Amino acid sequence: MSLPPIISDWFAARGWQVRAHQLAMLDAAARGRHSLLTAPTGAGKTLAGFLPTLADLATTPHEGLHTLYISPLKALAVDVQRNLLTPVAEMGLDVRVETRTGDTPAARKARQKEQPPHILLTTPESLANLLSSPEAAAMMAGVKRVIIDEIHAFGTTKRGDQLMLCLACLQRLAPALQRVGLSATIADPESWAGWLAPDADSTQVEIVVAEGGADPAIDILVIDDRIPWGGHNGRWAARAVMKRIEAARLAIVFVNTRAVAELVFRDLWAENDNALPIGIHHGSLAPEARRKVEAAMAAGKLRAIVATASLDLGLDWGDVDLVIQMGAPKGASRLLQRTGRANHRMDEASRCLIVPGNRFEYLEALAARDAVQAGELDPDGFRPGALDVLAQHVVGCAAAGPFFPDELYDEVKSAAPYAGLTRAAFDAVLGYAATGGYALKAYERYQRLVTQPDGRMRLRSAALARQWRMNSGTIVEAVAMNVVFGSGKSSRHGRKLGQVEEYFAGQLRVGDSFMFAGQTLEVTGFDGADIHVRMGRGSPKVPVYAGGRMPMTTRLAARVRGLMNDRARWPGMPDDVREWLAIQARVSRLPGEDDVLVETFLRDDRWYMVVYGFAGHPAHQTLGMLVTQRMERAGLKPLGFVASDYAMACWSLDPVDDPQPLFDPTVLEDELAEWLAASPFLRRAFREVAIIGGLIERVQPGVHKSGKAMSVSSDLIYDVLRRHEPDHLLLTAAWTDARGKLTDIARLAALLEQAHGRLTHVRAAHVTPLAVPSLLTIGRERVGDSADSALLLEAEALIAEAMRVD
Amino acid sequence: MSVSFSFAGESLQPLACGALWWPDQATLFVADLHFEKASHFAAKGWLLPPHATADTITTLIAAVESTGAQRLVCLGDSFHDEAGPDRLSDETRRALMTMTRSLDWWWITGNHDEDAAAVLGGRVMAEGSIGPLVLRHEADPADPTPELSGHYHPKLVIRHRGRHIARRCFAHGPTKLILPAYGAFTGGLDIADPALQAALAGPATALVVEGERLLRFPVG
Repeated sequence: MSLPPIISDWFAARGWQVRAHQLAMLDAAARGRHSLLTAPTGAGKTLAGFLPTLADLATTPHEGLHTLYISPLKALAVDVQRNLLTPVAEMGLDVRVETRTGDTPAARKARQKEQPPHILLTTPESLANLLSSPEAAAMMAGVKRVIIDEIHAFGTTKRGDQLMLCLACLQRLAPALQRVGLSATIADPESWAGWLAPDADSTQVEIVVAEGGADPAIDILVIDDRIPWGGHNGRWAARAVMKRIEAARLAIVFVNTRAVAELVFRDLWAENDNALPIGIHHGSLAPEARRKVEAAMAAGKLRAIVATASLDLGLDWGDVDLVIQMGAPKGASRLLQRTGRANHRMDEASRCLIVPGNRFEYLEALAARDAVQAGELDPDGFRPGALDVLAQHVVGCAAAGPFFPDELYDEVKSAAPYAGLTRAAFDAVLGYAATGGYALKAYERYQRLVTQPDGRMRLRSAALARQWRMNSGTIVEAVAMNVVFGSGKSSRHGRKLGQVEEYFAGQLRVGDSFMFAGQTLEVTGFDGADIHVRMGRGSPKVPVYAGGRMPMTTRLAARVRGLMNDRARWPGMPDDVREWLAIQARVSRLPGEDDVLVETFLRDDRWYMVVYGFAGHPAHQTLGMLVTQRMERAGLKPLGFVASDYAMACWSLDPVDDPQPLFDPTVLEDELAEWLAASPFLRRAFREVAIIGGLIERVQPGVHKSGKAMSVSSDLIYDVLRRHEPDHLLLTAAWTDARGKLTDIARLAALLEQAHGRLTHVRAAHVTPLAVPSLLTIGRERVGDSADSALLLEAEALIAEAMRVD
Repeated sequence: MSVSFSFAGESLQPLACGALWWPDQATLFVADLHFEKASHFAAKGWLLPPHATADTITTLIAAVESTGAQRLVCLGDSFHDEAGPDRLSDETRRALMTMTRSLDWWWITGNHDEDAAAVLGGRVMAEGSIGPLVLRHEADPADPTPELSGHYHPKLVIRHRGRHIARRCFAHGPTKLILPAYGAFTGGLDIADPALQAALAGPATALVVEGERLLRFPVG
């Protein structure tokens, strides 16, 4: 298809050529096809998504909303507005572009419903809210295209479930709607096309793959052939990293968790002899603090920024020319996406430096580099859509207007995540949404959804629609406390630095110090949801956050095993790593490509068992819980365990003579169910589904319950449901979440399966080289009798002792 | 059976279920039953599990049977709101009326329920007294008479070995004893909260029933 002159002239005026993938997107649009574009960063992906819209608007007058653009980030929608507005203005097109997010003032939102712009930039949450209004049908009727940017950020999440349900709804309101997905690096475009398509039918989607840019240049930092034994965030190399920063224009230093971000930031400043401007950016910082850093970066005032995944998505930071990955990258796709942050120009190689934390991580870094060079990315684990999200969606649909259950069922099934939804499961969700889904029919008169004489279901009252809009969304923040600079009553309006999760805050006392926002802070007091702090001194405790710790991917794990077993690769490795592997092969053996190596040895009167599962930290963590439970029953007196991405190590007073029974797959049925039911994992998962599913109210940010707490604790509801309604929809949903997301059960099951057939037990004479990294982390986690009651008794004894006056 | 402690010269026993037992008077005290809290939320669109009222009544019956109480005093906020009694199921209503008939049953009125419970039998009063003790819903810091009350839902929050432990507790001041909330789905207020400290009018101790033991935690 040919470009309208107004657009081709614009390209010509800038000396640019329309790229092949941009033309392909125009062509797909002209033929009325859905499309999915995968392109490396800097390939003009966003413009390629918008070009068909601009071409259509330039040639055909259009009243009302033409294109919806959905972004995973509020900030990104703002950013694209800038990138889109400039071309629109320069082309002199009469196209109105507006944003709509949670921050958009109510007056503007109302006006947008009456006079919609041509292009609306929004988020899945704001789209869902818009679709729940009775005016949505009229507003959406003429929409021609919906563009989903960074589609890879949605797919396997509850936000993705919500988005696809919204798209199904949009497709009903605007049957000719074209769906457009824009994606960075993904392993399997075909399955993503299926995810994007109506009825999961990938043949309806034109897949456009932009030609690759220059290959990324990935370097692994090794100094004098040395790699440390332990540690996992590359902090040992702070000085060398600082040198690289000095030699670069602007560097992003990626770390894997927020806590490590704080540490690395401090380490770099300790080596920052030239006082270069270095900033820090992570999801726990207050939005103002984050925006300040982003602005400084965009304005070219920074030389480096230490960041977590909060910077992962495609913000265009301009002049970044070096990405430094502290610690192992954990996945090839992740490494490639992070590397893509350097150099947003397609024809120049992106430069990335990986700083391995220990010898395993060196192998992992090498494996990731191999994978990127081989173009092997990590597949995405699509899973069936969540039922709590569906429950929320159903009520949202009712808020827009009455619906026939049969029609809604068909519509929901047309969303890929729900393609396999049975009618019985749908009816259960409907029943839950209507009456709470209890066996006891107590709430007939409080039904949220009532059936009209014509068979359609509607919301009982308009108040429920308002309530739904206040509480919708699929992101549930962990209960958090504010970190406020300034103490005591006199500085009530102290500066808010950010938030920490409540469970971390629960460990702090007045006088404790911790690392936050790049500073050591000392706790001076607690006030409701606020922790008051002042500048602290000395060695701090470190914030530990639940989120952000990604396990090494399965494919990368397989490559790490491959590197260990491929002696032809050893000569290219640093001396330290080579010796480590060679001696391991002599005193024990190397883990094979497809087995489970178990070592046992005696050290300091303790019997150690190290299991090399390569199944990722969460699976090993769960394995540690289950195996030590079995050992307890077998009378082996286990004392503790530690888990890493590569191995699980436990220690006991009596030796494990035959490990095989410990890894019997029955542990998944017996111990796991028991353990999960009692663990905080399930309670946390339940809280999330209870909020998403609309059982309990979302605590609005900034609102803290004071005085007598009248809110209802999700823990109490969880206990009641388990007692009285063990089959309740939300318990099922919480189980599904906990099993998948929190404990990586599938990988654990695969590990146990492997151990069943191919377990190799080595009785080593002493600690083995591969065991050392695990043993070095001992002392941080322990197993055993930490029951609250015992702690309570102990606490009382402590206090009694402290208060005794003899 | 739990351990006794002395309050205003009387021997009282806090029970693990949250009730207070006074053997010499054969009287059982409970505070803040908050019956029909779940249905109150349900009417607003939050369809909480409808089992809480029945559960609360079940534990109450068990407490009466294990102590052999002759008299039962509810220290206010027995219903979550004034319309609560209308929402009782037939079974829970019958169970409650059986109890108010077979025991000397006192409803102290609270801020949520006024005299709503009158329709269920028993005596309704704003305040009561037994022996040296005055009974009311909300502690009166100005009154030096030894007093039993509810209202605040006291709980103990401690941080120990990195764990955050919260348990409901009896809040014990020089002349005041504030009972924990007995009802299900009732949140709590940290005993260290200034509001509770003011109500207790003096140095306070949190009493927690843990198995066979009565644990004491000085506050502040």
